Amino acid sequence: MNKFQKLEDKTKWVKRELLKLHKLAPESRIASSLSDIEIFVTLYYGGILKYNPQIPLSSERDRFIVSKGHGGVSLFPILADLGYFAKEELRKIGQSDSFLCVIPDTAIPGFETINGSLGHGLGVACGIAVALKRKKSDARVYVLCGDGELNEGAVWEGVMFAAYHKLDNLVFIVDNNQISMLGYQKNILGLEPLDAKFKAFNWEVLTVDGHNFAELDSALTIFKTKDNNKPKALIANTRKGNGIEGLEGHPMSHVMTLKADRIDKILEEYDG
Amino acid sequence: MAETKIIKTMRDAIIEKIYDQMHCNDRIFFLSADFGAPALDKVRDDFPERFINVGIAEQNLVNVACGLGLEGFIVYAYAITGFLSMRAYEQIRVNLALSCQHRPINVNLVGVGAGVSYDVAGPTHHCLEDISIMRTLPNIVTCSPCDWVTADRFVDFSINHNMPKYIRLDGKPLPNVYSHDCIINWQKGFNSLYKGSDICIVSTGYMTHRSQEIVHEFCEHGENIGLIDVFNLAPDAEALAAEIGRYKKVVTIEEGFKNRGGLDSLILQLINEKRLNVKFANIGFDSRYIFKSGGREVIYQAAGLSKKDMIEVITKSWD
Repeated sequence: MNKFQKLEDKTKWVKRELLKLHKLAPESRIASSLSDIEIFVTLYYGGILKYNPQIPLSSERDRFIVSKGHGGVSLFPILADLGYFAKEELRKIGQSDSFLCVIPDTAIPGFETINGSLGHGLGVACGIAVALKRKKSDARVYVLCGDGELNEGAVWEGVMFAAYHKLDNLVFIVDNNQISMLGYQKNILGLEPLDAKFKAFNWEVLTVDGHNFAELDSALTIFKTKDNNKPKALIANTRKGNGIEGLEGHPMSHVMTLKADRIDKILEEYDG
Repeated sequence: MAETKIIKTMRDAIIEKIYDQMHCNDRIFFLSADFGAPALDKVRDDFPERFINVGIAEQNLVNVACGLGLEGFIVYAYAITGFLSMRAYEQIRVNLALSCQHRPINVNLVGVGAGVSYDVAGPTHHCLEDISIMRTLPNIVTCSPCDWVTADRFVDFSINHNMPKYIRLDGKPLPNVYSHDCIINWQKGFNSLYKGSDICIVSTGYMTHRSQEIVHEFCEHGENIGLIDVFNLAPDAEALAAEIGRYKKVVTIEEGFKNRGGLDSLILQLINEKRLNVKFANIGFDSRYIFKSGGREVIYQAAGLSKKDMIEVITKSWD
């Protein structure tokens, strides 16, 4: 079985688990959590991130900040699968005895920071990147950010800081799913040309299909080997609500939910 | 023999002490939002790897400080206090107050320009809200020293207490209130500077200087009034209640908006919780901004906070 087949299989499993989580907690942002699954799977199962579920805060670990917290629900099954917490916890999402809220925070083993209030992750990652360099650590810091999140001014304070301080141990992944709460970003602020913006700020930039494992793996592997004094931005072009008819690409998909019977039907189709 | 008073800025005192500590503690970082002080030049020159000017970017100042703090470093994040506490308020809330509940973070927000100490700069640079809004956040220690001695002593306290803190410093050079070798008890959080009979002033920051003048003025007229300086806005409640309970009348004086969650709210809550049999009055800024040039005294006149105004409140509020 080739490497990417394993990632495909994991992705199918994560998608199923995500749908079950959404059925239990309809408040979860399903569309936002569908665009970043392949990114999570590549990072955790594709040999990109260094991590140790037995010692979640081990000093050698790569730090991964899920700044777009709304899309973090698809990471729950992965963390459970890797042993950060028991898989039974997934069935308790949103219940009174659960630490799984629909926007993840540090109460959940494996999450590095408080997430979901947008625009904080990159700046915090900058501080971590400086700290890792000071400690002469080989660990890296990764951030997952939404494209809509780039509307937050504080992100660009971090963009300037990271480049000036040559934080080449920092990888900033933009889940470029094109849609925020009230529609397409192109009709809100218009972020394009996004790669040119990062390049102008003196970042190393690669653009990939964010649902393609070969492209994700290739770019993230290149970034690991390039200590060229530049922070790295990976623009992962994705589809919000990926693979779910009616949800994928819908301008209001961020706030759309799937009803329980629809979820059951999709799961049956996956089984078939 | 009485000790000579030394006039000095709190920021230079605190930075000199941090500089000393940076020599023996390589876990200390000093971040600035492009904001200086004479004492800061030595830090910049001698510790270029642990001094970072993040630029005019208070939000990123707090974010970067958080990242360093999560990695176990002791961080001082230095800026103009109104911008530090208000421009970056949500960064403080999320990345310090919330985060530190699961992971320890020793970030110390050092703000300069408390109250109206940036007097002629106008209301954008006045800071009359910070005590109230910082006290609202769980997990943040809010400190308001009255002199450079207290500011200096904050450094040892800050290194040894692994949690986020906010300290607001007056922008002007001021004489010391406490003796040069004084030990400041940060856990207790207040100090009784004068013992009185019936009336006691409770003040913080620069207003402790004004309050001292008022105490002396009453003294000249044969009346002893007490003065308590609160420098940690989460003081030892039992100890402070016991001290206040000795008096019949208590008046708070702060360089902040009154009735908005500042020092007055702290003391009122204490009186209520401990069921103290004391009368209460508060002195501070009314809920409006002051657009006046000409210096601190002019602002005080405009705000009804001249020494004469204050004495009138202290004398007449009780019937």
